[in-house]
Amino acid sequence: MSFQLNINRKPQTVDAAEDTPLLWVLRDTLDMKGTKYGCGIGACGACTVLMDGRPIRSCLTPVSQAKGNITTIEGLAENGKLHVLQQTWIDLDVAQCGYCQGGQILSAAALLAEHPKPTDDDILAAMTGNICRCATYNRIKAAIHQAAGSHADTKGDTHAGS
Amino acid sequence: MPVANSFAQYDVDLQAMIAEVETFQMIAPPVAAMGRRSFIKLAGYAGGGLVLAFNLDLRAARAEGLPAVTKSHAGESHPAETTTLNSFVRIAPDNTVTLYSKGPEIGQGIKTAFGLIIAEELDADWKTVKVDQAPINPKVYGYQGAGGSTSIPRGWDQLRQAGATARAMLIAAAAAQWKVPASECTAAASVVSHTPSGRKLTYGALAKAAAAQPVPDVAKVPLKARADYKLLGKRYTGVDNAKVVTGKPLFGIDVQMPGMLYANYVKCPAVGGKVKSANLDEIKKMPGVVDAFVLDGTGNPLEVMPGVAIIAKSTWEAFKAKAALKVDWDESAASKDSLTQAAAKAKEIATKMPAPANTVGDVDAAFASAGKVVEASYDYAMVSHQHLEPQNSTAWWHDGTMEIWTPSQQADRGLAMVIAMLKLPEDKVVVHQTRAGGGFGRRLMNDYMCEAAAIALKVNAPVKLQWKREDDFSHDFFRAGGYHFLKGAVDKAGKLTAIQNHLVTFSVDGSRPVSGGGRSNNSFPTDMAPNVRYAVSLMPLQIPCGPWRAPTDNVQMFVAGSFLHEMSIAANCDHVEFLLDWFARPLAAAAVAAQGPPPDLSRTYNPTRAAGVLKLAAEKSGWGKKLPPGRGLGIAFGFSYGGHVAEAVELSVDAKKRVTVHKITVVADIGPIINLSGAENQVQGGAIDGLSTAMGLEIGVEQGRIQQANFGDYPILRMRSAPPVEAHFIQSDFRPAGLGEPCVPPLAAALGNAIFAATGERVRTMPFKRAGYSI
Repeated sequence: MSFQLNINRKPQTVDAAEDTPLLWVLRDTLDMKGTKYGCGIGACGACTVLMDGRPIRSCLTPVSQAKGNITTIEGLAENGKLHVLQQTWIDLDVAQCGYCQGGQILSAAALLAEHPKPTDDDILAAMTGNICRCATYNRIKAAIHQAAGSHADTKGDTHAGS
Repeated sequence: MPVANSFAQYDVDLQAMIAEVETFQMIAPPVAAMGRRSFIKLAGYAGGGLVLAFNLDLRAARAEGLPAVTKSHAGESHPAETTTLNSFVRIAPDNTVTLYSKGPEIGQGIKTAFGLIIAEELDADWKTVKVDQAPINPKVYGYQGAGGSTSIPRGWDQLRQAGATARAMLIAAAAAQWKVPASECTAAASVVSHTPSGRKLTYGALAKAAAAQPVPDVAKVPLKARADYKLLGKRYTGVDNAKVVTGKPLFGIDVQMPGMLYANYVKCPAVGGKVKSANLDEIKKMPGVVDAFVLDGTGNPLEVMPGVAIIAKSTWEAFKAKAALKVDWDESAASKDSLTQAAAKAKEIATKMPAPANTVGDVDAAFASAGKVVEASYDYAMVSHQHLEPQNSTAWWHDGTMEIWTPSQQADRGLAMVIAMLKLPEDKVVVHQTRAGGGFGRRLMNDYMCEAAAIALKVNAPVKLQWKREDDFSHDFFRAGGYHFLKGAVDKAGKLTAIQNHLVTFSVDGSRPVSGGGRSNNSFPTDMAPNVRYAVSLMPLQIPCGPWRAPTDNVQMFVAGSFLHEMSIAANCDHVEFLLDWFARPLAAAAVAAQGPPPDLSRTYNPTRAAGVLKLAAEKSGWGKKLPPGRGLGIAFGFSYGGHVAEAVELSVDAKKRVTVHKITVVADIGPIINLSGAENQVQGGAIDGLSTAMGLEIGVEQGRIQQANFGDYPILRMRSAPPVEAHFIQSDFRPAGLGEPCVPPLAAALGNAIFAATGERVRTMPFKRAGYSI
């Protein structure tokens, strides 16, 4: 079947079975590899994309239901300028293996859109759906605070120690 | 039932591989010293080499995020106009320095660290350095895996020599051009200066002339002292971070080729089962399915087990066909393992201690004269790796060549395995290393690479084998579980005098512990106490086991670090004082080592380094401070994979045994720090991985079937439960150790010791959720 999608501010027509998860349409059909396959059951968050600004699990979203404006990690930077979270992720060297980080950044972007100055609790609530197997959680939290100009409740984050 | 020879071979191969990885005498060949021509020659023929690899990279460049390269003349191809100084260093006229990282980036930060080590000795300007993945060619690069946290120590001399010799050639070229002695020239930030005259030339301007200079004898090229480092030890962001945060294709799963097909491979849920029949005709009629066929495999789980390959036009269509596939399995030779039965059997065996494998001193006399004797039994579950990028590899059988793209942790070994398995000439298999979405030891095995190659032989197109997450669960090489029955004694002065350790573990062949299930020399050295008795009982297991981040240490240090705390409490001693006293014990191992080659001091347990990290961890964690009820501080030490690490955990436990970890303090002595930012990442990641696994992770096996299928059954720790981790380093002039592993082992003991401090209850089982604790 043919589906009209709006991905990263661009209309796309794709041909796929209607139960095909958006994840595989992005990866296999549109050759956009930034959205990652992790678990296929919506448990890890690696496949997170934004639909009308809200984070969704693209592995559980059939292409037939992807009716809103989709933003993937490839589309987060606009006009060649990185999103503040992307730049902060680089500045704080957040990634280890990096596989989950696209999903992490998109979850964080949705958080900041709703809570421009998030508290620790806001961050935990927004980010706990995204597994980082390398456990970069300290730096993810620090990077969100730094990008937002907000303040961490706890010490011991990215540059603690000697 | 005995396990078939071809199957049991996996453990033989794996243990030989681990031994090789961990044997540190296997220092990388000094290929940096190899002349440019011999490098090109070798690269040209070995494994299809640079020519083929780089030609094909034109097509795959996008998939691998590699720069487009052009072929300039026969025998060498490289980005236009760049000059090759050696197998690690290329320099372009615009002064861009390209360094080649020979190892796999699996999240341990090696691509950045390797680049920094070369750039330091090269005196390159880091701002204009680019780091690319080197071709897989062990004849040129030596070891190209990432195992046992050995990448840095193994590569340390080789990489520094690569930088230093290239730098010497650049200086020699400048000196020749200026007609001055080389000794009057210096190099800094990719520029050579003639100090007396103030003349300067960039590396870019000198590169061509430098390549014509003789390659200096590495022994005569001085390497920098730590005090002279300009780059090493500071914070650097990862060289691929800009690509990571913008979703550029980097990983094995991201490989895309024109005309590529997608495969899944279905194996028996009980490992060792064979295909009797399958509804292949039905599957072949499904939408998008191109083919479906049975592979007999080699019968060795390190290579290819029997199964059904499904080839489709998309990943989703392959997965849907997998769901519809019905296979009648012959399970006569398949695993019937049950871990609940094994646990019961281990308790029976506990009382039947076999003849000891090691005895030091007189244990019985020490127990007879002890001030206090403590007996305890500990156990730990089987666990899985579950890196976030599921297994995959892309293989393309074309023009008599098998070409493979893989996120392996040891692609050099995978290359040799595919050559042997397919019986192809060496130059007819080409392997490209991609970034890997985690490794944790799982990707030291190359089964997914072998499967992709075996499937590609039957497919007339490039084919990407993609495992489902459920496949990663059902076909891992697990960390073995185990059981310890311990008895320890302290004398009337409170000194540790005796340890008896009966380990009940698993075995494939009935003669030795399965890979990862054995004794850890670091955790339970025979000189652990003046009197030691150590015995091992074996139970059969067919489920494959293998290395899991800090193999053996990750479980045995839980036991050792917890039991030492039990002993210090029995001795009524402050635990830090007790450990410092224990560090200072005379080491019997020194006498043994004196008979063999001199030990590598950078890889040897060092009481001074041990005491240093423990004292600093005590200080930074506030050891001895008053804590409110329900709150506890625990501390543990581990020497693991060359790293001396002490960790302290401060936590609270509520009435429902819910644990809140307030802070983890880690102090590591791994020699000099290469990239402070990357090192902190490994500390934080290692400690939290230790916490995650100790608290809640467990694999069950019944009727040979893995009981966990996905993350819903396997609660990897999430941000909500992740405590702040404070990292401290004691730097020294020892050769650096790696840091992927050493921070995992001490965590579980520090955690258990903290829970004891908070509650008075000793946790002697992993995961702690078995004892009712949650996080």
